[in-house]
Amino acid sequence: MSPEQNAVDTVIDAVSAVFMVVGALMSLAAAIGLLRFPDLMSRMHAATKPQVLGLFLLLAAVGLQLRTWWVWPVLLVAWIFQLLTVPVSAHMVGRAGYRTKHLHRELLSTDELEAVVVKAAKAARESESDGGNRTAG
Amino acid sequence: MMELVLAVTAVALALAAAGAIIRIARGPSLLDRVLAADVLLAILGAALCIDMAVNRHLNNLMLVAAVSVIGFIGSVTVARFVADRREQPSES
Repeated sequence: MSPEQNAVDTVIDAVSAVFMVVGALMSLAAAIGLLRFPDLMSRMHAATKPQVLGLFLLLAAVGLQLRTWWVWPVLLVAWIFQLLTVPVSAHMVGRAGYRTKHLHRELLSTDELEAVVVKAAKAARESESDGGNRTAG
Repeated sequence: MMELVLAVTAVALALAAAGAIIRIARGPSLLDRVLAADVLLAILGAALCIDMAVNRHLNNLMLVAAVSVIGFIGSVTVARFVADRREQPSES
């Protein structure tokens, strides 16, 4: 192995080591956020760190360590799948959390969902007072 | 250098897993527990990725994908279930 090759290897190793340490610290940051934040909404903010940026850094570290080009598409597919599923589950958890009142209202700066929820509850009450007549209005 | 990286990441991930487990045990609501379980699965995936990177193999890749699928399906299912169950009394 030539000296230049060796130096390049050392640099790649150092970059992937930094990626791995930062990716693990993302998980630690999420755990600290889970323990210290006051309500469900702010905990959700903390919980997405290891799932998106942390997984990206760790998959990049795997690709850098293996040093073959064909693993990069596979790792990219794994990361994009995570990017597609994380917003959906965060939306579902946030929606359920809002409707079951697991939030501190004084921490919100704006509440754009309240009008929609009130309107939906009113529509449900009206359709119930029609004697169970389920016509979609 | 890889041994040092492995030690640092192992300590960080162990502390993170402990925090997530504490939140699962203590969490005031079911949704807090679901969220913490999701984070715990993400930490497991991170540990699998670090194992692949340090030991230079790809054996765990399918397992990482499966863990993220399980986290997604689990949290969506539980969120849906909670919404259906608790919405009825609050509207009346």
